[in-house]
Amino acid sequence: MTTETRTVTKTSQANEAGQPERFNLLARLLHWTMAAAIIAMLFIGVAMMTSLTWRPELLDLHQPLGIAILLLAIVRLVNRLRHGAPALPADIPRWQVISAKASHWVLYALMFSLPLLGWGVRSAGGWPVTMLPGVTLPPIAPTHPVWYAVLRDAHGLLAWLLFAVVLMHLCAALMHAWVRRDGVFSTMTPGGLYHRYRRNRK
Amino acid sequence: MKIGDIDLKRSWPALAGIGAIIAVLAAAFAWTSGLLGQRVTNMTFLEDTQHDFPAGYRRAHGKGMCFEGVFRSSGEAAKYSHASVFAQPETRAIGRFSIGSMSPYAADNSTSTVSMAMMLTADNGQQWRMKMNNEPYFPTRDAPGFLEMMKATAPDPSTGNPNPQQLAAFLAEYPEARKYMEADAVKPWASSFAGATYYAIHAYYLLAEDGRRQAMRWWLRPHAAFTAWSDEERAGASHDALFKEVGQRLTKAPLQWDIVMQLAAPGDPVDDPSQPWPETRQQVVAGTLEVQRVFDQTDGVCRDVNFDPTLIPAGMALSNDPVLATRAGIYAHSYNSRLHEIGYGKATDAVGKKTAQ
Ligand code: HEM
Ligand code: HEM
Ligand code: HEM
Repeated sequence: MTTETRTVTKTSQANEAGQPERFNLLARLLHWTMAAAIIAMLFIGVAMMTSLTWRPELLDLHQPLGIAILLLAIVRLVNRLRHGAPALPADIPRWQVISAKASHWVLYALMFSLPLLGWGVRSAGGWPVTMLPGVTLPPIAPTHPVWYAVLRDAHGLLAWLLFAVVLMHLCAALMHAWVRRDGVFSTMTPGGLYHRYRRNRK
Repeated sequence: MKIGDIDLKRSWPALAGIGAIIAVLAAAFAWTSGLLGQRVTNMTFLEDTQHDFPAGYRRAHGKGMCFEGVFRSSGEAAKYSHASVFAQPETRAIGRFSIGSMSPYAADNSTSTVSMAMMLTADNGQQWRMKMNNEPYFPTRDAPGFLEMMKATAPDPSTGNPNPQQLAAFLAEYPEARKYMEADAVKPWASSFAGATYYAIHAYYLLAEDGRRQAMRWWLRPHAAFTAWSDEERAGASHDALFKEVGQRLTKAPLQWDIVMQLAAPGDPVDDPSQPWPETRQQVVAGTLEVQRVFDQTDGVCRDVNFDPTLIPAGMALSNDPVLATRAGIYAHSYNSRLHEIGYGKATDAVGKKTAQ
C-alpha cells in the first residue's frame, strides 16, 4: 500500500476531530451478526421456558450461542475502544446524544453480563455447561440454592431489560434511517449503501 | 404538523412502519414467552393442580427419600455407546425414592406409583440423570393427552364417577390410552421400593464410537423379589410404610437393580412412549446399581437436584419423543420454583427447619 492511498482512505473515513466517519468493517460485521444472534437468543430463551416440544434442542443451542456472544463481545469492545465511534450529527439534541451513548454502553454491559449470568445459573444449579456433547465449561459459581435463585432471577430480568433496550435502540435506528435521514443509520451499513445514501443527501 | 423537528405530513408512513415493526416484535416475544395467548405451555401445564403444601417441595412426587450408591458397569453396553459410565468399572450414584402423589405429606398407600430418580456422575464429570416410575409405558402418545386423560377420568361432582361421554371422547382421540387404563385398573400395589421395576419409558439412542446409533429403552430390574399389598394390607398400611421398609432393608444389606437395555429392531416406534416394544427384543444388561444408604430428602445433595431425564452423557442421544421434551420443561419450572423458595429462605420443612409452632 502506498502512502498516497493511505492518506485518501484516511480523509474519507475520518473528520477533523479524528473521529471515524463510520464504524469500521469489523464493527459493522460484528454488530449485525451479533444483533441477529442476540435477538435469536432472546427468543430461544423464552421459548425454551414455554415450548412443549423444543426445550432440549433450544437449551443445546442457547448455551454455546450465548458463550459465542460473550467471546464476540470481547473482540467488539476492544475494537470499539481502539477505533472509537463516529460523532453524531451536530443538530441532534443533547438529551438524544446522551441517551444514545448511554444505551450503547448499557447494551455492551448486557452483552457481557447475560452470558456470564447464564453460565453462572448452570453452575449454581450443578448442571454441566455444555457446548457440544462431551465438551463442557467449568463452573463459575458455587453449587448452592441461594446462588441459583439470585443468578436465575438476574438472568431472567436482565434478559427482559435487554429486550426492552433493543426495541428502543431499533426504534431510534429506524428514526434516523427513515424519519431524520441524517446519515446515522448508514454509519453501520455496508459501504455501497453508505455511498449511495450520501450521494442522495447532497 | 410538526413535533419537534419531525414533519408528520412527510414522515407519517415511516413512523407507522416503525411502530408496526416494534409492535410485531413485542407481540412475538410476548407470545413466545407465554404472556399472550391461551395455549398450554410448560409454565401452565401443572397450573390447575393445587399444591396446598409448604414451600420448597417438588411440585409432584413431593414425598421422597434420598439414596447413595454405586453403579457397576458390566461392559456390555460399551459396545453400543462410548459413554464413560458403561466403560468405567464403578460410578457414584445419588438418587431418590418417591411416591407418585403430589404432596410431601401423602400417605404411602395413597398411590400405586412408586418411583426412582437417579444421577450417575462419571469420572470425566459427565452426568446421566433419570426419573423413572414403576410403569412400563406412558398412557398417551403426547403430553397434552395426559392432561386430557386427567380431565376425562376426574370424577363428575354430581355422580362421583367419571363422565362416560367425556371418557369415550378421550378414548376416541387417544385410543392407545385404553391399554394403559386397563392395566392400571389391575396393577398390583408394590409393598416395597426394593422389589419394584423402574422404567425410563422413553427411547434414547446409544451412540457408538464408529457412528452407529441404536435405539434403546432401559429399566431397572430388581434383584429383590416383587411383593404386593393385598387390599386389606394396603388399607392397614402405616402412613410411611414404604419409606420405613426400605430403610430397614438397607440396615441389613444393600439393594441391587440391573440396568436392562432393550434394543429396538428396525421399524419399532421410537418416538412414542405409549408403545412398548415386543418382549422378544434383544436385551443387554449394562450393569448393576447398588443402593447402599438412604438419607432424609431435606439434604441439599439430592433436594436441590432436578433429575432431568433429558440430561444424558456424550455417547447417548435423545429420541424425538414429545413427552420427554415436555417433561424437561415442566421439571425446569418445578425446580425453579422450589429452588427459588429455598434460595430466598421461604422454605422451612423442606430444608429441615421446623415451622414455628
Ligand atoms: C446474550 C446471551 C443470552 C441471552 C440474551 C439469554 C436470554 C435468556 C432468556 C430470555 C431466558 C429466559 C428467561 C425467562 O424466561 O425467565 C434465558 C434463560 C436461561 N439461560 Fe440464557 N441467555 C443468554 C446467555 C446464556 C448463556 C451463555 C447460558 C449458559 C451457558 C444461559 C443459560 C440460561 C439458562 C440456564 C436459563 C434458564 C433455564 C431454566 O430456567 O430452565 N444463557 N436466557
Ligand atoms: C436489529 C436491529 C438493529 C438495528 C437496526 C441496529 C442499528 C444500529 C445502528 C444504525 C447503529 C449506529 C448508530 C449509532 O451509532 O447511534 C447501531 C449501533 C450499535 N448497536 Fe445496533 N442495531 C440493531 C440491533 C442491535 C442489538 C441487538 C445490539 C446489542 C444488543 C446492538 C448494539 C449496538 C451497539 C452497542 C451500538 C454502538 C456501536 C458499537 O459499539 O458497536 N444493536 N445499531
Ligand atoms: C407429562 C406428564 C408428567 C408430569 C406433568 C410430571 C410432573 C412432575 C413434576 C412437576 C415433578 C417434580 C420435579 C422436580 O421438582 O424435580 C415430577 C417428578 C417426578 N416424575 Fe414426573 N411428570 C410426568 C411424567 C413422568 C413420567 C412419564 C415419569 C416416569 C417415567 C415420571 C417420573 C417422575 C419421577 C421419578 C419424579 C420424582 C423425581 C425426584 O425424585 O426428584 N414423570 N414429575
